[in-house]
Amino acid sequence: MQDITRNLSSRRDLLSMTGKTLSLAAVSLVIGREIKTASAADLSQDIAILNAAIALEHEGIAAYQIAATSGLLQPAIVDIGVAFQGHHKGHRDILVKAVETLGGTPAIEKSLEEYARNIKAETLKNQTDVLRLALDLERGAANAYLGLIPSLGNDFHQIAAQMAADESFHAAILANALGEPIPKAALLFG
Amino acid sequence: MKRRLNIMLYVCAVLMSGEVFANDAAKSEGTVPMQMISEGDSVPPNAVSDEQRVKNEKLYRQRCGACHALDSNRIGPRHRDIYGQKAGSVSGFNYSEALQNLDVIWTDVTLDEWLKNPTAFAKGTSMGFRLRKASERKAVIQYLKSLSRYSE
Repeated sequence: MQDITRNLSSRRDLLSMTGKTLSLAAVSLVIGREIKTASAADLSQDIAILNAAIALEHEGIAAYQIAATSGLLQPAIVDIGVAFQGHHKGHRDILVKAVETLGGTPAIEKSLEEYARNIKAETLKNQTDVLRLALDLERGAANAYLGLIPSLGNDFHQIAAQMAADESFHAAILANALGEPIPKAALLFG
Repeated sequence: MKRRLNIMLYVCAVLMSGEVFANDAAKSEGTVPMQMISEGDSVPPNAVSDEQRVKNEKLYRQRCGACHALDSNRIGPRHRDIYGQKAGSVSGFNYSEALQNLDVIWTDVTLDEWLKNPTAFAKGTSMGFRLRKASERKAVIQYLKSLSRYSE
């Protein structure tokens, strides 16, 4: 496979190209589609939004790590959580590669302790609490991806929609585990 | 005699009507939805019923909860007391340059524009999430307003 970073070796190279219009062939290799052109400002905007998505995935990965090691979950639930965490790692890797290819610097993860504080892990007392938190985060993530699609460049719409679909799949499983009824109205997310 | 009877009936009527008013007052506490109060009334204009507040909170969690919390900085800044404050001013949060340079106070109007299309409001922001429905923007703003000591 061609080295996708060879054409766009640094953000400076990317953003200083004459005419502010760039070929995005390299990015197309990351997300598997043909990409046309975008302005430098649009690219910077995409980098900023994709980095927020990376931060979201970092937190999701950490949340599942905290849950899996909490001692509050049955082994079968831990297995499901680890599988979902693997999906989030997959999202992170795709997003990191996209940001790097655009010439940006991917958002870095915080410490597990900081994530634990931010999601108030100390308030989790049993398996239901953990599942409820996971459901809130997954529902929110599905909505977040759907809500940011219009702000992203066209080239990232499909991948963001795919990630929203993954998050909604997770939410459905978690809602079922918690015994939530199936919503009656259509358009459950977004 | 007839006059005394009339007075007694009058007194009874007054006492009964007082009881009715008292019952009405009791019913109006807590669960009966309140309307938004216009400016000039004694109740703050951002007062909402408990029922509406619960709905607003649920929507806030669904739409904003992936990235925001009320009391901790996560992917986005914490939201308690953000209404009425300057954009980009939450301590401890690492804002984008776009937000650092944004000279805006968060009000009903500015929050509505921001939530409608944040990248148009502050080009370069890392918040790409758009809240498409005006009714949802209104509910989220109402919720943020109800949680802010700077909402007056």
